[in-house]
Amino acid sequence: MSTLTAVEKQFNLAPKRRGYVWMIVLTLSGLMLWSVSELSLALDQRGMVIASNIFTGLLNPDLSFLFSLTNQGVLYLLLETLSIAFLGTIIGAILAVPLAFLSASNIVPKPVSGLTRVMLIFVRTIPSLVYGLMLIRVTGPGPFAGVLTIGVTSIGMLAKLYVDAIEDLDTKVLESMTSMGCSMFEKIRFGILPQLLALFLSVMIYRFDMNMREASILGLVGAGGIGAPLIFAMQGYRWSQVGSILIGLVFLILLIEAISNKLRAKLVNG
Amino acid sequence: MWAKRLAPKKIVLSNGKSVTEKRSKLPIILTVLILAMYYAAVVTGFDIEQLIKRIGEFFTIIRQMLQPNWGYISGIWPELMSTLKMSLFGSVLGAALALPLAVFASQNIIKQKWLVATVKTCLSLVRTMPTLVTALIATYIFQLPQTAGTVAIFLFTTSYVGKLMYEAIENVEMGSFEAMEAIGMSKLSAFRTAIFPQILPNYLSTSLYSFEGNVRYAAILGYVGAGGIGRLINETIGWRDYHSLGMIIIMLVITVYLIESTSEYFRKKLV
Repeated sequence: MSTLTAVEKQFNLAPKRRGYVWMIVLTLSGLMLWSVSELSLALDQRGMVIASNIFTGLLNPDLSFLFSLTNQGVLYLLLETLSIAFLGTIIGAILAVPLAFLSASNIVPKPVSGLTRVMLIFVRTIPSLVYGLMLIRVTGPGPFAGVLTIGVTSIGMLAKLYVDAIEDLDTKVLESMTSMGCSMFEKIRFGILPQLLALFLSVMIYRFDMNMREASILGLVGAGGIGAPLIFAMQGYRWSQVGSILIGLVFLILLIEAISNKLRAKLVNG
Repeated sequence: MWAKRLAPKKIVLSNGKSVTEKRSKLPIILTVLILAMYYAAVVTGFDIEQLIKRIGEFFTIIRQMLQPNWGYISGIWPELMSTLKMSLFGSVLGAALALPLAVFASQNIIKQKWLVATVKTCLSLVRTMPTLVTALIATYIFQLPQTAGTVAIFLFTTSYVGKLMYEAIENVEMGSFEAMEAIGMSKLSAFRTAIFPQILPNYLSTSLYSFEGNVRYAAILGYVGAGGIGRLINETIGWRDYHSLGMIIIMLVITVYLIESTSEYFRKKLV
């Protein structure tokens, strides 16, 4: 063989991972075969009719319902959903703070943080609809139950993300403040809060964004918001009303997402 | 904007120099927040008295859930497996479709502006629809509940992974792609050799992450009749059988925890 060119040398240096890739592909295909066993593409007898009805309905929304200003109009329902998400996020954000400190391994002893963590995993995994159904027993059906549900559902994720911020705290600042003779209050106010506040806020805004979606489905279990009218309209095959609700909802969620991305970019860049 | 209206505070130091401190916007933000909270409380009928009086009910249910009905495991198992199958199939298929869609939504590769805009709009519309609503619509169209659930998860995964991927592709280093196009490679092979390796770890890790999330979502899809463990959750709550509900939650937590730690292990390896 003649001498290899530089390009060919580089080419031969590339790691050969054929076997590895094949193993992954085989495992994945096996899993796919296992999971496809229960599926079938059979359509409902009236499936195609309903599908075309849905699309005509979505394209011809009920405009008077969409823009009506009464308590049954889409705008008011969206306001209610927004309020549920907002108040719920605030409640969750407050409740998550003590739990986050209790599960930060650099603040409390290991057993305490471990126990709190296990509890948080449970809190996080219980689906929001289950909380909704449980809290309706406390408050009765209505948006109030939705607020509490969003609050409880948010705790898990908020606490987990708070903990990441707390464990990354720069403790050198605190040491130098101690050596300057700062009091405990001053250490928290000027040493810890400035480090945490921006991150906490950013996490909160992100969760608010998610809670908008969460709040829009809580109506399914009777916990207020736009979900209930949506479900009723769907069960009654009133597709043009479904269309106007979905248009309003999608517009609001996209708007909130855009605002939240802007705010968070601003917070992170200082 | 506020900086112009609120002049910065001037502080004269002991050595005669003066420094300026930006005035805090905190009072304004706080006022707005408190007003918003007040109106939200009015709209939602927030009632702290009722909460304090009746919150005990919530903990009664929790206490019952903490004494799970161990005999119920055999009933949970098939539904749990069907939940897993739904989320696995939907995620893999969705992630596979997301990649080509993401390419068509990247403005640095596709030069036709209308195509990029259309694909992007479709992706964000599908992503914004709550999964539960998609699932409910799908139950009207498909006969099997599991298929409806899988379709809902598939659509959500496609839009979610698709969005993150076109963002990744648009931020990729374009030099090598241009060089390959310049030496006469087709767009497809230039993409495969220049851009694909750059986004591959990100793509796999995003797909795994979305699979994790989908297992959680799949758990509630049964509530609208789209198959999986949600059906049992709905039933047990309807019968107020909180001991069995506790067992379902325990099984769900274990499954989600196992999947999360496995996927986290692989994701850490990828990055």
